Amino acid sequence: MSATASRDPDILVDIRDVHFSRGDRSILKGINVPIRRGSVTAIMGGSGCGKTTLLNLIGGRIKPNRGQVLVDGQSVPDLDTDALYELRKRMAMLFQSGALFTDLSVFENVAFPIREHTKLPESILRTVVLMKLETVGLRGARELMPSELSGGMARRVALARAIVLEPTLIMYDEPFTGLDPISKGVIAKLIRSLNENLGITSIVVSHDVAETCQISDYAYLMGDGRIIGEGTPAEVQQSKSEFVRQFMDGLPDGPVPYQHPSSPYVDDLTGRSP
Amino acid sequence: MNARLTLATDVLRNLGAVVLNTLERLGRAALFLVEMLSGVPVVLRRFILIAQQLYAVGVLTLLIILVSGMFVGMVLSLQGYNTLVKFGAEESLGLMVALSLVRELGPVVTALLFAGRAGSALTAEIGLMKATEQLAGMEMMAVNPITRVLVPRFLAGVVALPLLAALFSAVGVLGGHVVGVGMLDVDAGSFWSQMQTNVDFQTDILNGVIKSVVFGIVCSWIAVFEGYDAVPTSEGVARATNRTVVYSSLSVLALDFILTALTLGDI
Ligand SMILES: Nc1ncnc2c1ncn2[C@@H]1O[C@H](COP(=O)(O)OP(=O)(O)OP(=O)(O)O)[C@@H](O)[C@H]1O
Ligand SMILES: [Mg+2]
Repeated sequence: MSATASRDPDILVDIRDVHFSRGDRSILKGINVPIRRGSVTAIMGGSGCGKTTLLNLIGGRIKPNRGQVLVDGQSVPDLDTDALYELRKRMAMLFQSGALFTDLSVFENVAFPIREHTKLPESILRTVVLMKLETVGLRGARELMPSELSGGMARRVALARAIVLEPTLIMYDEPFTGLDPISKGVIAKLIRSLNENLGITSIVVSHDVAETCQISDYAYLMGDGRIIGEGTPAEVQQSKSEFVRQFMDGLPDGPVPYQHPSSPYVDDLTGRSP
Repeated sequence: MNARLTLATDVLRNLGAVVLNTLERLGRAALFLVEMLSGVPVVLRRFILIAQQLYAVGVLTLLIILVSGMFVGMVLSLQGYNTLVKFGAEESLGLMVALSLVRELGPVVTALLFAGRAGSALTAEIGLMKATEQLAGMEMMAVNPITRVLVPRFLAGVVALPLLAALFSAVGVLGGHVVGVGMLDVDAGSFWSQMQTNVDFQTDILNGVIKSVVFGIVCSWIAVFEGYDAVPTSEGVARATNRTVVYSSLSVLALDFILTALTLGDI
């Protein structure tokens, strides 16, 4: 593990030359994404470019075909189940859907990781849960069931659940999609303040350029399985690169093709394609 | 000629694919069972998890079991009386009803009802948890969904089915009594005494219990596996639920034959 020895202690998550494919389709084609401890790092890119895949690699849910995924110096794909679970206690992932347990109330959802991983007495557990719910502004909703929450509320509950064990790393998968501007602002502010107050390293995956740039310290732009631009949000927004401009300005076609890889259109229509 | 050859190879190829696919799923189901069994000791120490599922799997299935048991007992009594009375053997009605229930209908019908009521619900619940990323979320919280979600449900099913089968038989005997003694005027004394002297603990009751335990394991295993293995979409969950009912029913009927043949031992 010579690569581990030479690592920069400031880098919490290091993704080096990672390739990943599903079947014949390669989804990540050699990407490098170092993420600094204590920062908010944005990963932006179009739908289907492999952002969620990247988070799943960091979380150890899938293994890369090639390259290294290091979290806190540990190579995630090489960990055994116990070590991986130990590492996951220190990281949290906010799923696109929130993934709240539908058979548990808001309170019990937030209490779930504590009940599973600690033996805290009920009174302390209650205090911790209520503090986290207060942080996301939903202390009053603790009795509700997930089916009674709006999308924005559900995401805030999921956020409270994610931070209840005080992780070192949070990965947010599309925290803004499907929310109204006010809820977007609330979530953005929460992400920033969690980062500043608790020192949590955050990875924000999103295609919401404005919100994401506002709260992040550093941004990566993905397209077609590669990193096509990086820098501080200001740098990225000023970038002259064709790739970056296409994404930032929301142009439908450009260096990143609009079409899913396909055979020539005429061949397909005339039935000549295989 | 050529077309016929292609047809034949196509059929062969599809057959091969089906067989391979089935074998692969069977293998996965077996590995899954091993993984669940290795999680059993951990779950046994958290009995509350099993108790919650016992309620969902057992108590909520109770009503349909009791009602069905009642009717099956009543029908058995009616049918049995009409045959027995021809031989002047209507005193044995209680014995006949009890033996049919304890040895055969109790475990089998309970298992079929269980697959339809509790098994399908288990599959749908687990499949939806998978489709809505709840299981993935749990994994990312460093909680193993197999021990936290699946094993308690599996164990609850394994415990509940024999209990439900026992209740089914008990209520069935009562139903048989209502019809036989209440409506057909069989002597109550001989109804009960024939049953008491001739139902053997080992050959009758114990074998019935063994059947229901086996059915409990198989039905719960299928239900939990189908849910966990479901394609995480609404359609995938619907198909999985469907498969649970079909596979459970077929396995129960086939295993019933095998177990009966083994215990009667004279084939
Ligand atoms: N389970 C899977 N099986 C096969 N292919 C998959 C699977 N999950 C994702 N993919 C493919 O991998 C590619 C990347 O998916 P991913 O979910 O990482 O995209 P994304 O960048 O998160 O997109 P979005 O912004 O829409 O969430 C997609 O093109 C998709 O077709
Ligand atoms: Mg995604």
